[in-house]
Amino acid sequence: MLVIPCPHCGPRGEIEFSYGGQAHIARPKDPEKVSDAEWADYVFLRDNTKGVFLERWCHVHGCRRWFNVARNTVTYEILAAYDAGAKPPKLDYETQV
Amino acid sequence: MIESYLRQSPLAHLALAAHGPGSGKPAGVHMAERPFPGLVNLRGPGDNANFHGAFKAAAGYDLPVEAGATAGSANTTALWLGPGEWLILDARGGPKSGPRIAESLRAALAGISAAVTDISESRACIRISGAKARAVLQKGCPLDFHPRHFAQGQCAQSVLARAAILLHMTPDETAADGPAFDVYVARSFAEYTWRWLEDAAREFGVARGER
Repeated sequence: MLVIPCPHCGPRGEIEFSYGGQAHIARPKDPEKVSDAEWADYVFLRDNTKGVFLERWCHVHGCRRWFNVARNTVTYEILAAYDAGAKPPKLDYETQV
Repeated sequence: MIESYLRQSPLAHLALAAHGPGSGKPAGVHMAERPFPGLVNLRGPGDNANFHGAFKAAAGYDLPVEAGATAGSANTTALWLGPGEWLILDARGGPKSGPRIAESLRAALAGISAAVTDISESRACIRISGAKARAVLQKGCPLDFHPRHFAQGQCAQSVLARAAILLHMTPDETAADGPAFDVYVARSFAEYTWRWLEDAAREFGVARGER
């Protein structure tokens, strides 16, 4: 089980959380003007990162808040947890996408 | 014929051997239902001094702002649930305490952007206490129960055997008796949670009722 550091509650077991996929996906500002391919990219396509991945988690059985986590998908090491809406912290890593 | 290790007597699920005369064990755990606690969910702007001031004027104490902290008076206790979310409770309040707390908070917070919701009927409250209470909860809950991390007067939301719970380590028992926890669980999970706890506590001996 991962121990995930909730920014509000502190370190808790993974069983208390639910996963929300890749973080920092911006909705196109003018959805009517983007092409179908660009819209499909926004809705469906996500990175499949080997290395440090920025992802969303929700502490559903705790404070029920969404937040972001930087996790290494190879080692499962969690490098940072930060509020939803905040910019990711500067991390020293190499990532293959 | 069924394998002997799979055989169960018809009433095995009630864990009757765990308690009552004849169990041959001193009770390591006491379990009781606390009926009709008054529970009011309060949401509001946690960074607004007017909101905190209005609450303090009504309740007589400050809302806790640290994770897992509680605060209270003789009448009510406030449990921190998240940023900008609290549970105001009166565990021994009786059926009318929920509406009473909600009404007084609504009056106090009039004009402030806050939500006051009486959720008394939605939860069951199971009091589990005794020297082995921690050991029982640890079997199904991923929280760190070491006294350094989870002390008297603290609360936490988590899961117990996959049921969502709110744990409150009540401050009204002395350390010599062992810790006492109030487990708040959704009403529809109450029987499941009670039976799960009773089964988990079987090895320590269970006494029904509060000490």
